[in-house]
Amino acid sequence: MLTSKTFLRKTKKGNILKIVREHYLREDIWCGSKVCSECCAKTDDQVLDENPTIACTKHNYGHYLVLDTNVVLDQIDVLEEDVLKNVIILQTVIDEVKHRSSTIYKRLKDVIGDGRRKFYVFVNEHHQDTYIEREQGESINDRNDRAIRTAALWYQKHLKAFPTQKDKRKGIKVILLTDDRKNREEAIKSGLIASSVEDYVEQLTDAKGIGDKLSKRNFTSDISEKDATYPSHLTPAQIHDGIKNGQLIQGSFQASRENYLEGQVNTEKFEKPILVQGRAGLNRAIDGDTVAVELLPEAEWTAPSDIVLQDDETADPEELNEKENLIKEVKVVEKRPTGKIVGIVRRKWRQYCGILQANPMVGSVRNIFVPADRKIPKIRIETRQYELLVSQRIIVAIDSWPRTSRYPLGHFVRALGKIGDKETENEVLLLEHDVPHSKFSDLVLSFLPKMPWIITPEDLKQRVDLRGIDICSVDPPGCTDIDDALHCRPLENGNYEVGVHIADVSHFIRPGTALDNEAASRATTVYLVDKRIDMVPELLSSNLCSLRGNEERFAFSCVWEITKDAKIIHTKFHKSVICSKAAMTYEEAQNIIDDKSQNHSIAVSLRGLNSLAKILKRRRIENGALVLASPEIRFQVDSETHDPIDVEAKKMRETNSMVEEFMLLANISVAEKILQEFPECALLRRHPVPPLPNFDPLIKAGRNQGFEIDVSSGKALADSLDRAHKSDNPYFNTMLRILATRCMMQAVYFASGMLQQEEFFHYGLAAPIYTHFTSPIRRYADIIVHRLLAACIGADKTYGDLLNKQKTQECCHNLNYRNRMAQYAGRASVALHTHLFFRNKIQDEEGYVLFVRKNALQILIPKYGLEGTLYLVPATGQPTANFVYNEEDQSQRCGNIVFHAFDPVTVQLSLDRSNVQHEKLVLKMVKPFIKDFSVPSVQANTGDAVASDDKMDLDVPQTLPEVETPSKRKESETETAQSKKSKKKKKSKN
Amino acid sequence: MDLISDQGLRVDGRRAGELRRIRCKLGVYDQPDGSAYLEQGHTKVLAAVYGPHQIRGSRTKALQDSVVINCQYSMATFSTGERKKRPRGDRRSTEMTMLLKQAVSAVIKAELYPRSQIDVFLEVLQADGGNYCACVNAATLALIDAGIPLREYVVACTASLANGKVPLVDISHLEETMGGPNLTVAALPLSGQIAVMEMSQRFHIDHLEEVTQLALQGCRDIYKILDKAVKEHLLETGDFFPQLESN
Repeated sequence: MLTSKTFLRKTKKGNILKIVREHYLREDIWCGSKVCSECCAKTDDQVLDENPTIACTKHNYGHYLVLDTNVVLDQIDVLEEDVLKNVIILQTVIDEVKHRSSTIYKRLKDVIGDGRRKFYVFVNEHHQDTYIEREQGESINDRNDRAIRTAALWYQKHLKAFPTQKDKRKGIKVILLTDDRKNREEAIKSGLIASSVEDYVEQLTDAKGIGDKLSKRNFTSDISEKDATYPSHLTPAQIHDGIKNGQLIQGSFQASRENYLEGQVNTEKFEKPILVQGRAGLNRAIDGDTVAVELLPEAEWTAPSDIVLQDDETADPEELNEKENLIKEVKVVEKRPTGKIVGIVRRKWRQYCGILQANPMVGSVRNIFVPADRKIPKIRIETRQYELLVSQRIIVAIDSWPRTSRYPLGHFVRALGKIGDKETENEVLLLEHDVPHSKFSDLVLSFLPKMPWIITPEDLKQRVDLRGIDICSVDPPGCTDIDDALHCRPLENGNYEVGVHIADVSHFIRPGTALDNEAASRATTVYLVDKRIDMVPELLSSNLCSLRGNEERFAFSCVWEITKDAKIIHTKFHKSVICSKAAMTYEEAQNIIDDKSQNHSIAVSLRGLNSLAKILKRRRIENGALVLASPEIRFQVDSETHDPIDVEAKKMRETNSMVEEFMLLANISVAEKILQEFPECALLRRHPVPPLPNFDPLIKAGRNQGFEIDVSSGKALADSLDRAHKSDNPYFNTMLRILATRCMMQAVYFASGMLQQEEFFHYGLAAPIYTHFTSPIRRYADIIVHRLLAACIGADKTYGDLLNKQKTQECCHNLNYRNRMAQYAGRASVALHTHLFFRNKIQDEEGYVLFVRKNALQILIPKYGLEGTLYLVPATGQPTANFVYNEEDQSQRCGNIVFHAFDPVTVQLSLDRSNVQHEKLVLKMVKPFIKDFSVPSVQANTGDAVASDDKMDLDVPQTLPEVETPSKRKESETETAQSKKSKKKKKSKN
Repeated sequence: MDLISDQGLRVDGRRAGELRRIRCKLGVYDQPDGSAYLEQGHTKVLAAVYGPHQIRGSRTKALQDSVVINCQYSMATFSTGERKKRPRGDRRSTEMTMLLKQAVSAVIKAELYPRSQIDVFLEVLQADGGNYCACVNAATLALIDAGIPLREYVVACTASLANGKVPLVDISHLEETMGGPNLTVAALPLSGQIAVMEMSQRFHIDHLEEVTQLALQGCRDIYKILDKAVKEHLLETGDFFPQLESN
């Protein structure tokens, strides 16, 4: 049967189009129930149980559930509970959900895909009996509601014909769950059983705690203008018109990390982000939302306040106003376009990790949830399990944010574990950074090679046998996923033959398999301080692919003939079989190079490599490659408890740089080869030149110290950084480099067909073209590059998605996102361990002022690679030293002591555990000594440390997220080897 | 939007291997020697055949050993969602004309009419994907209606690939715009020969075979429908073939 859907649509030009689409109605759509003998569905498609049982006091008969769209959208957390089974999901609902929220759609699909849950999708829109046409004057929503009721009625009638064994006459019933009162009434009128989710769930006897997961979206009281905390939002139509006629500007909202009453909106229209300030200005926008902003008249424009402000537990309105006033102190200089948010185009709410705020009222149901991410406001939730949850890290979802409520309303999703537990905290940071860390599924594991794995003669035929060559690998200690090995031997003509051998992961991970998909979605291995979240299963990462010493392994080799002064004569690529003669650490390799008495082949080979690497590095730096710095440290971890014992800054040896140089060389050679062969779909990596305004803080900081930093080109920058040395402050140069690092853009993967050749440039390495080839065990990009290269040399076949530049670009987006997140997660893990380390410790440390702010100093402590805030103006409390902020030269003065950026200070570090829920790292000034402000050194009077704590009452908020501010640190990678090795180094040394 | 849902249904409710509804009628006009109207889903096409007749215009065009086939493809101004000003003579319709000529020449027994000409005119009344296919199919019917000797039917069909793995047959306009490469095949279904084959984008070699096979299967299915229509038409217009009635 055929019908057609007709609707009108407006084109971009403003013409009205009538669009007519065919819509086929079918007879072969089955009900999916096991009791049904009429439908001829295959048994796999019969999802719904013969005897659906659920312990329910009210509906104590066998029944299936039919859901309304609003139930899926609002109560997805309830649906994810295993209690609910035998649910019919209608196509109408799926379409609406897909249209409204892609994240919920994905979660719904996951639930449907889970066979145990018995969710059946009924394509009612194409079923000849359940399709309905929209009537004259009926809204889309009403039509969809009616379609849902029609389908439910059809099921009721259909199932009546098949009585179950239990109650012989009646057959299975259908219950329509909907939170829409009107829909419910209509349904009952037409003879259906209908219920709201809340009513239904409360009747369930064996589903304790599920009530907490109910969304509170329906909480709407009558709003009078008086008690509304926020101005109301414009309607979608008003927003649309406003944007169209230019009154409003659409952009994505980014909350400030430091000041909860400030944020910015990034728009396409303005180069600079639009500043929004104050409770009314932010108007319930949450970080990430797409919002509509109205620009204020230029006279009201302000500059971002320099103060650090946190949402404390005070709900006192007067104090709030005071705080808002604090912001409003307008500086004349540096005014930025300022606006106020008048509407939300699209919410980007997700689930948030955090903890419950201590609630003084015992047994109270209403609680406040404090997210771990400071950019997210506190959330009001209702739970009856306060006692249980107060000591736990929990996950909460936002449901709505009515005008009357200071905080958004949400509901409890699940608990992660005890606060302070390392496992829990790890879980939190993995979740917060969206790192997929579940176990590999059986399906994925089924694609692993069967053990014992042996090299067959066929394999040997297709590969070059390099087992006779003295190949060795150099890695950080404790490294189990060795993906690169090197060799170097002199040729008869006086040149060297140098080979880089990379684990042949693409041999094991075939395109299109579940294993491949899983690796593609994970995109990278994530290194935490005490844990590694693998991209590929352990069998591959630590065994079959890892180029272990004295074991035969498959490799993808890149072999050059290089002259003594490091000129490449020619390059060849081939798959090979190698047998590494030694898997060394950097230290071991360094010792062999330094020990002149050793003259075996490995030693000769290493020395050859080392001498070539030095030439390569010099040439690279002459070309303008940057040497940047970021404070990186390594924890000595207790082998049993995994608790950090000591911290040390990482050491750089010559061998680190040696491996790095050859990896860079291999990557560049491969990039050239694959671009030549696949000009459209080669996967490359670029590092954009930072826009000049990015360098402003660096230039300013340099100028204050009397150095001109030239940023006109990478080379100029590198040179001026080299020149900037201060004899009285040996750490000055490093700090300048740290600042320079933060001016950089993020390096990204891209498909070559999507950009112009000039944009391929890699700024940090000063290389015209670059890619990632050398770490396929821990990066998915490298696997793709391996496949491309294999296709180039005829060692492997191509496949559809590999040659599709759109697909490649999509893949790149995911890789970039995951990489960024992995980086942040790694840093968060370091921060977490720093906290653990400072438990029960008070220490004085040397530090340097990195930035001077209006009410605080950013202090960098090189020993721990830690950055913290030292507040000069406490929010509350006793009179303290009077600091005067000078904006001109960025200094703070108190009496005759002046703080400039880069000044050395001594600070006292301790962990404030007074609030069990929120441990914070506290910084206090020790030297220079300022009366009423500084604390005495720990060494001087250890006993008094606690007492002086009370006296000072600095009320320094939690510093955890500030220790490393990822959004600011746009790290240029001094690529591959270095950053990689340093990450690896952080692993435990079991 | 997905080209094919998890339940195996396409956007308009068809399964992967199902054609759109085809309705056709032969002999819709009196003026031309043969004519036909064909609907394939919402794609609607009129075909008219004139000839064989004397060469029109310059005599020099005439071929000594075969007939000159003149094709003309055009789209009505109202055939697409937005009105189009110039229906004829743009690059796309010139290309279509050429491909049509190629398909039609493959089946007409050209050697029977030296020094003469056959005109095939095609007008798309409503365009909803697969315009070329509908035109070829309508042209076949019109040629049959005109009584021009053919080797066999020439039938065209499109196919595409959804989500990189499921081949789809008879692509609608919506599916065309939603992406994926598009394969058009004009085939002689009985002998299995391919007269025209065209791709909108590159297919990966791994997929080409199965997509081509599906398009050919589509051609065979369409052939059955057209053949039935022709037989019915003959029954209506006269009892030339009484034995058909017993079938």
